[in-house]
Amino acid sequence: MAEYTWPAMEKRRVVGKRISRLDGPAKSSGKAKYPSDLNPSNILYGAILTSPHPHAKVKFIDTSAAESMKGVTSVRVVAPAGTEIQWAGAELAFVAADKETIARDAIRAIKVDYEVLPHLVREEDLAKAGARAKAAGEQVSGDPEKAFTESAATVEGFYGIPVITHCCLEPHGQTIQWQGDKIEYWPSTQNVSGVGGDLARGLQIPVANVSVHMDYMGGGFGSKFPSDIWGRESAQMSKASGGRPVKLFLDRATELTIAGVRPSAYANVKVSASADGTITGWQSESWATGGIGGGGMAPIPYVFTGIPNKRMNHTAVSLNAGGARAWRAPNHPQASFITCSALEDLAAKLKMDPTDLFLKNLAYTSRADVYRSQIAKAMEMIDWKKNWHPRGEGPLDGRMRRGLGMGIATWGGAGHASECRVNIHPDGGVEIELGSQDIGTGTRTAIAMVVAEMLGLDHTMVKVKIGENSFPPSGASGGSTTIGGVSSSSLKAATDALQKLMEVASASLGTSADQLEATDSTIRVKGDPSKSLSWKQACQKLGTRTISETGKNDPKNPGGLNTQGVGGIQMADCSVDMDTGVVRVNKVVAVQDCGLVVNPKTAESQVYGAMIMSVCAALIEERVMDEMTGRVMNADMEFYKLAGIADIGEMQVHMDITPEHDKRGVIGLGEPCAIGGVASLANAVANAIGVRVPTVPLTPDKVLKALYGDKLGMVRA
Amino acid sequence: MSTRKEPGTGFSRRGFLQGSGVTGSALGLLEQDAQAQSLAGGKAVGPAEVPVTLNVNGKDMKLSVEPRETLLDVLRTRADLTGAKRVCDRGTCGACTMIVSGRVAYACSILAIDAVGKKIETIESLTAGSKPHPVVPAFVNHDAQQCGYCTPGFVMAAKGFLDKNPNPTYEQVKAGLGGNLCRCGTYVGVRQAVLEAAKSIKA
Repeated sequence: MAEYTWPAMEKRRVVGKRISRLDGPAKSSGKAKYPSDLNPSNILYGAILTSPHPHAKVKFIDTSAAESMKGVTSVRVVAPAGTEIQWAGAELAFVAADKETIARDAIRAIKVDYEVLPHLVREEDLAKAGARAKAAGEQVSGDPEKAFTESAATVEGFYGIPVITHCCLEPHGQTIQWQGDKIEYWPSTQNVSGVGGDLARGLQIPVANVSVHMDYMGGGFGSKFPSDIWGRESAQMSKASGGRPVKLFLDRATELTIAGVRPSAYANVKVSASADGTITGWQSESWATGGIGGGGMAPIPYVFTGIPNKRMNHTAVSLNAGGARAWRAPNHPQASFITCSALEDLAAKLKMDPTDLFLKNLAYTSRADVYRSQIAKAMEMIDWKKNWHPRGEGPLDGRMRRGLGMGIATWGGAGHASECRVNIHPDGGVEIELGSQDIGTGTRTAIAMVVAEMLGLDHTMVKVKIGENSFPPSGASGGSTTIGGVSSSSLKAATDALQKLMEVASASLGTSADQLEATDSTIRVKGDPSKSLSWKQACQKLGTRTISETGKNDPKNPGGLNTQGVGGIQMADCSVDMDTGVVRVNKVVAVQDCGLVVNPKTAESQVYGAMIMSVCAALIEERVMDEMTGRVMNADMEFYKLAGIADIGEMQVHMDITPEHDKRGVIGLGEPCAIGGVASLANAVANAIGVRVPTVPLTPDKVLKALYGDKLGMVRA
Repeated sequence: MSTRKEPGTGFSRRGFLQGSGVTGSALGLLEQDAQAQSLAGGKAVGPAEVPVTLNVNGKDMKLSVEPRETLLDVLRTRADLTGAKRVCDRGTCGACTMIVSGRVAYACSILAIDAVGKKIETIESLTAGSKPHPVVPAFVNHDAQQCGYCTPGFVMAAKGFLDKNPNPTYEQVKAGLGGNLCRCGTYVGVRQAVLEAAKSIKA
């Protein structure tokens, strides 16, 4: 039985190096083919009729005009008369046609009559939720009342972070062909090995009859795991249209309305401390929505879970709005924002530097040492000691008042179940096969690097094949589990395949396999580099036989190759225009622990990306529901705001790459870096302007209201 | 939040498109274009398909298009030029960026019939020669991409920006690329990539 270990940090030649992603040239040149780019011959285009009402009963639906239109090949009703619609955008009928224009015309030709029912689409004001609010029960520990009475300082605050959407640039959808009993399926998915089974269950056909293919996908962020109704219905329309392929991707408005949201989080928080800043009590009444099913519960107090005296109540609010899906670090950014905001307010009341208050209370966290060193590093990166001033006392440059803030994060990130097959061919070719996916994180490149490292090759000498469900199964890319899973399975498969090659090569080198090493594209005798075979020569010894070995990552027994549990600190430096309320980001820094870093270049890109997402959520991004019509008011990219290249300030990332971190093994990175940013920006603004803006995004109207009350007449409900 | 101005050109591309209302004529395509004029001939065309010839990446391409179809949709679905992506489909995000008559343009907001007679450059033209345009490797070197769906639009916007601003400052890059949006958050790499590309174009 071979031993599976990462080579010593100082001996690695590939892993840990800053390597450009292998599919970079394909992506940057437009040659990469995404599922939405496919144009198979005889293609049909799908379109969806969705409900304009947030809550209604379908009285009748008449598709006859659509069915008789020239070029329409299939019309399918999914919400027949009697169906109760629970959110605007819910699917009613599907159409396939020769051209997209025809499919859309046909959708408009479908007649529907509704019985419109009362709806609830907003939850900021819990008092208005009525029977739609369901209490989740109270959790109490210690004696919070006593703590509040006896503490030197107590602050109470209201904090809120609204629903946001995933806004994947490639919309949800697929190209799909159901011919005979086989389905060829090209979805935009985070779940190559699992999505075919999900589709097959929905269609009640054998899983083995579905072939999934996906080389590239245009963003998922947690929203692209299932096959969805549009996958199943497109399959049915293909079948009904004589097996012609059907391409259906959601239009932008539908994408932003029904393809997934991040739950909101609102909370009234009371937190107390003794005069030295030691936190003594926490009380929170929180509420949130994730759509009709309620859902979404931010774990507060976040990170500082050891606070002794606590009382927590949470209420889930059911709304007539598109449902939640996992969103990069589910519930953590919300929890970080609420907790860090309350602690920042507490520090301000105590006239303490918030970093001192955080440091003072690290014993309440599960990784005090990690946070202590990360806070020190982040402070150095943002020059906290020089640039931080007590709340509202920062320097005024013209109309701009400057402030600093911090946010904290924690995440697991253990590797998912993954199998990897490494094939070594007699001509020296190396193929790596996994039913995994690269959702933009650089997974493809990381796999190549791991196998190249273990085989003593350059990363360009191995070929990574992912994106097919016929390859050995690998988990979905969610929860920061991919890199741990695929790196471990790849390492094991490569180790075993190399062992087989060495057994063959050892005879020619006059020694035993255990005396050989693979390095610099050679197989050579340890301690005697003169006795060596080039990689090609060694592989030629295989004759006609290909070595094919499969490695597995078992999440229950990762064998030290991957692990979980990280911390992260982000700090922000903002300036606020005191006349207009506009927030400008000067700088954001991130210090992130993630164990053994396979490729620092792509890892840093992920962290930068998460920081930019945090700028969006902190300053401009939110789903806005219209109380009257119950629809999403900003279901387009003009008014569903994302930050542009000029809006993000300067950014700096520090990855904790040290022997001590490295020896823990690989840990996922996608979520942890996407957590602390919103808190850091909101706290920087509170620090700058001297008052708390209760809810993000920190739009100018809300900043002005926090500063000047209702006097300005620019007040949002 | 960003000013989204293109330094050196004196106008904001997005503001210009938004303000004009009719994107095709705003770009000055129709009135300069003999074939389009003969197509329209002062009277309405369509709604059925009409034959057009589009000059794409230096080659004439004969296509049959409905007057309501965008340049983006026509090139993506009938010419298999899928580098440009359809994301917002209304002139906000830049994922569909092409260069039309030398100007950076949103192909989702130009009707195909309005592009007749114009020189249309798509992302595919940047790798048609023996060496890719320097913007392409610069995006790779600086990892200015994650999922990559916005990337071809960014690369074309950068190419168009550098055509007009061969010596950009860092601040000009931030303003000049303001017409493109990325969800994964690749802007830090994009800024560096555009500066590097400017250098390598001159080298």
